[in-house]
Amino acid sequence: MSEAFVLSPEFNPAATAPGVRSLASADRGERGVIVKVTGHSGAAEAVIAEELERRLLEMGFVEGASIEVLHEGLFGRDPIAVRVDDTRVALRRREAGAISVKFDGR
Amino acid sequence: MTPDSGAAARPVVSPLADTARIALVGNPNSGKTALFNALTGSRQKVANYAGVTVERKEGVLTAPSGRQIRVLDLPGTYSLRARSPDEAVTRDAVLGKLAGEDAPQALVCVADATNLRLVLRLALELKQVGRPFVLALNMFDIAQRQGLRIDVERLSTEIGAPIVTTVATRKRGLPELLDKVEALVDRQTLTADNAWHEPSPAEIRAAHAEAQRIFKACVKPPERPDTVTGKIDGVLLHPVAGLMILLGLLFVMFQAVFTWATPAMDGIDAGFAALIELTNAHLPKGLLTSFIADGLIAGVGSVLVFLPQILILFFFILLLEDSGYMARAAFLMDRIMGGAGLHGRAFIPLLSSFACAIPGIMSTRVIDNRQDRLTTILVAPLMTCSARIPVYTLIIGAFIPQQTVWGVLSLQGLVMFGLYASGIVSALLVSFVIRRIFWRGAVEPFMMELPTYRWPEPRNVLMNLWTRARIFMSRAGRIILPLMVLVWVLSTFPYPPEGATGPAIDYSIAGRIGQFLAPLMAPIGFNWQMTVALIPGMAAREVAVAVLGTVYAVGGEDGETGALSTLLKNQWSLASALSFLAWYVFAPQCLPTLGVVKRETNSWVWPTIMFVYMVSLAYIAAFITYHVAVALGAG
Repeated sequence: MSEAFVLSPEFNPAATAPGVRSLASADRGERGVIVKVTGHSGAAEAVIAEELERRLLEMGFVEGASIEVLHEGLFGRDPIAVRVDDTRVALRRREAGAISVKFDGR
Repeated sequence: MTPDSGAAARPVVSPLADTARIALVGNPNSGKTALFNALTGSRQKVANYAGVTVERKEGVLTAPSGRQIRVLDLPGTYSLRARSPDEAVTRDAVLGKLAGEDAPQALVCVADATNLRLVLRLALELKQVGRPFVLALNMFDIAQRQGLRIDVERLSTEIGAPIVTTVATRKRGLPELLDKVEALVDRQTLTADNAWHEPSPAEIRAAHAEAQRIFKACVKPPERPDTVTGKIDGVLLHPVAGLMILLGLLFVMFQAVFTWATPAMDGIDAGFAALIELTNAHLPKGLLTSFIADGLIAGVGSVLVFLPQILILFFFILLLEDSGYMARAAFLMDRIMGGAGLHGRAFIPLLSSFACAIPGIMSTRVIDNRQDRLTTILVAPLMTCSARIPVYTLIIGAFIPQQTVWGVLSLQGLVMFGLYASGIVSALLVSFVIRRIFWRGAVEPFMMELPTYRWPEPRNVLMNLWTRARIFMSRAGRIILPLMVLVWVLSTFPYPPEGATGPAIDYSIAGRIGQFLAPLMAPIGFNWQMTVALIPGMAAREVAVAVLGTVYAVGGEDGETGALSTLLKNQWSLASALSFLAWYVFAPQCLPTLGVVKRETNSWVWPTIMFVYMVSLAYIAAFITYHVAVALGAG
């Protein structure tokens, strides 16, 4: 595992690029590519930021992974079910706030 | 023994040369337990790991070579970086650092062949540990059906471990797997020094990139990808329809738990009653006979009688888990439970608590976060367990008239429903208060994989059901039996004096405690007989019914409820009866539950808190009920 593969979490040229939004604000059916994963969801943090970041990464939320919002809960459209590459994962919008996605089209 | 420091060729010493020790590791939903069941069959032992409430499942098998292999089924995980006590066990076992356990000589990393991406990263972590492992590509038949092409040889070279394809549910690939495992055990060496440490986010990203590279190089995407799961989810995860279906499922489950179990429960009840009678008839009347009949046999009976309900409940839960629906139920319930400060995963423990709080509290082990788990444990006994039903039926039958309201609903049924609803609402309120006032902030992230739907394998379901039933019986038995004996002692000694006229229990310690407490209970409308019934009723809620029969000396041995019902109607006011019901919604009238809480939390603090808060709620609720009822003229 060479260090050259490592994307620094600060390295994020797409942060202000058009079409990039937090996954927390995504609607059902939206697709895109993850551009940045941090530990900061914008809400009061339950676990320390680095811990959230590691958990997201371990579930496959990693820069470059394709993502699609499949389902939403009834109340407050929360939690959401997403497809990350070929894994289906459920998470709350609160934690989804730590994931920036470049959405297709729109 | 910590083999993580030492030369690469250092042998892993086995105490018995002909017995090998291996452990199964893998992602949740990889079919790991199915593989464990297929390997070890009925030769399984379930216990706890030393000092932690994590289930330790070990089985023994005999390899084709004749060698005995001990297989440890480790809790599922996505990473060796542990987030919960379960995952910490997996990490420590893999590292060979688990207290009281010998390090496994080889590991089997179980992977769902159709979902390799995440497990490859775990395999890379295992490679760092340096302990020899085999990668088992499980559910390989499904991968083939999907037209998924895996270059097994290349994959094996890339991750540096032998690979076997298996179909655990059909027992396919097991001889090959054992061959590879034995080869690793025979080599008796660690492949490298342990280089594993908790990965930083950057290292996880790097490992992902590496796993992704291997994945792209070795796996061709399926020609016929699974579309069924997506279609089913379209219905089952629909915001409205999904919730309705979940409610429907729960309704069917409840019907089953309460109706299917009845014949078996009646049978068990009758069997134990006959056994007690037989004991009384054939053994000389005396202390020993009373101890055997009323203490031991009645005690065992009062536990066993709930087994049918618990089995049916576990059966449904296993079906839902094995099919992949359970994660969906947690998804659908997360927001509703979350509003009360509970985790989506608290859903199953609370559901189980409708049968009995004891299996409910035991199943809170699936909740990672300690505060989430403790909150769930604290509110679980507020769910109306089936032991309350005999008490509710007796009182409702005696005091609530059999009439219909609004043309269709039976008033008695409505009161019963009200009691269930008060239990649920109060559980949600209590957890809300705990999470908003005592443990503010800290909401555990909710993040879980939604696995592909699969047909549950009957053999697997039955084996797991048997395992769970055994766990329940041994754990519950060890706690409940001594408590039943204690309650028997309290209600038997001392004996009534010569020539006493009242029932014997009045003179016992339990009776005296009841009479001593009676003034305290007077403000909530309890007479001393009611108070006395509460003391043995601590053994189990339904025991109070039998004790009321005894203190009012009706029905003698067989405790005819019809007669008791009429008697209570003449003895109690409606306000007292309602107050008694309110008391039973909240009161911790169950020592075994408190015992299980002590065991599961490893501390007396939590059972104490539970007892105090539940008694307070019960007293307040009964007080309000009594005085409102009296004010309305029901005194």
